[in-house]
Amino acid sequence: MMAASRKIVEQEPTEIELLLPWYAAGTLNARDARKVEEALARDPDLVQQYAVIREEYAGTIDMNESLGAPSARAMQKLFAAIDAEPARAPGSSINLGGRIAGFFSSLSPRTLAWSASLAAVVVVLQAGIITGVLMNDRGASYQTASLSTNEPITRELSAARPQRALVQFRPDARIGDITALLDKYQASIVDGAKGGMFRVQFANASMSKDDFANILSRLQNEKIVSLAVAN
Amino acid sequence: MSATQAASDDTLIARIAGGDRLAMQVLYGRHHIRVFRFGLRLVRDEQVAEDLISEVFLDVWRQAGKFEGRSAVSTWLLAITRFKALSVLRRRKDAELDDEAANAIEDTSDDPEVAVQKKDTSDALRKCLGQLSADHREIVDLVYYHEKSVEEVAGIIGIPENTVKTRLFYARKKLAELLKAAGIERGWP
Repeated sequence: MMAASRKIVEQEPTEIELLLPWYAAGTLNARDARKVEEALARDPDLVQQYAVIREEYAGTIDMNESLGAPSARAMQKLFAAIDAEPARAPGSSINLGGRIAGFFSSLSPRTLAWSASLAAVVVVLQAGIITGVLMNDRGASYQTASLSTNEPITRELSAARPQRALVQFRPDARIGDITALLDKYQASIVDGAKGGMFRVQFANASMSKDDFANILSRLQNEKIVSLAVAN
Repeated sequence: MSATQAASDDTLIARIAGGDRLAMQVLYGRHHIRVFRFGLRLVRDEQVAEDLISEVFLDVWRQAGKFEGRSAVSTWLLAITRFKALSVLRRRKDAELDDEAANAIEDTSDDPEVAVQKKDTSDALRKCLGQLSADHREIVDLVYYHEKSVEEVAGIIGIPENTVKTRLFYARKKLAELLKAAGIERGWP
């Protein structure tokens, strides 16, 4: 096998050899990653090649990181160009809601009336089906088989809703600081800015009320934050 | 990039499509360094690379409403950067390109032979990475530094997935040859 793979290297690369760089980067799908792992476990030549790839990987990152960052000029130029752009008409973004609205507005009144009637029937049918399912299976839960108490031990399986807060940044807050703050709290802006407030969502969906209160308190004390409240 | 950040990028794009300037600033803050470095490796001129990122993000501002989320935002950004970098390169004459290659950004370090004399393999590796052809540099960067999958690289460069795999393989072989010429044997190929 080893001799065979060495010979192949000199001619055509094998599929596994081709996949090694992505395996090193962790960007292979599970099936291909498993194939590479199995091949590595039985072929020392492949292991040697993989070690070489890991060196290249580290060297490439090292080289790119040494390239530095652009000056502030690039950002100034960008936002000067954005400011010079014609004002965007309201609703000019082509999002799903806009497309749906556009579709319905293109229908004739008669077609629209028929569509609405049909949709109403579909909604009633769907509601009936959902109600039936809920009556038969009241909440997603599991029951242990090992205990024989009168009451089954159950745990709700409903997904926790991510915590959100309304945050107002100070007027002099720089964008780099806001980005760093969001990274620090593992949060992202999901809506805003209404009245200067941004709706921020935290990645940790399983935090307790106390944890969330603590995060809000810390957020409120940040230099660039003027207000942070639960939403 | 985490799934959370990818989802958040999509949200930012939707807001940018609606004209949200702050969302643009956040997206810029998050991606401009990687976009700059990718562009710089292609055009090999810092001033040009800076102009390039302004143009890339201006395109994002203008085209955000057309983004359909079929790829990650970071992949979309790199694809735009590549397209614009190639347009810049096409406008240059071959001779100018050669001159710039000779004064490439990596040239601040020693040449491979000197690096070997210093027994500094990592310096030589870095130098040889800088000596790869544009096609090879690009694919090495996309896979190792920008952590793009086979499918994403195929989408960015516009070549079949099998070609992506073989191009990287031959880029690695070329790198091994350059290192060997500089006196560094790594046991492969």
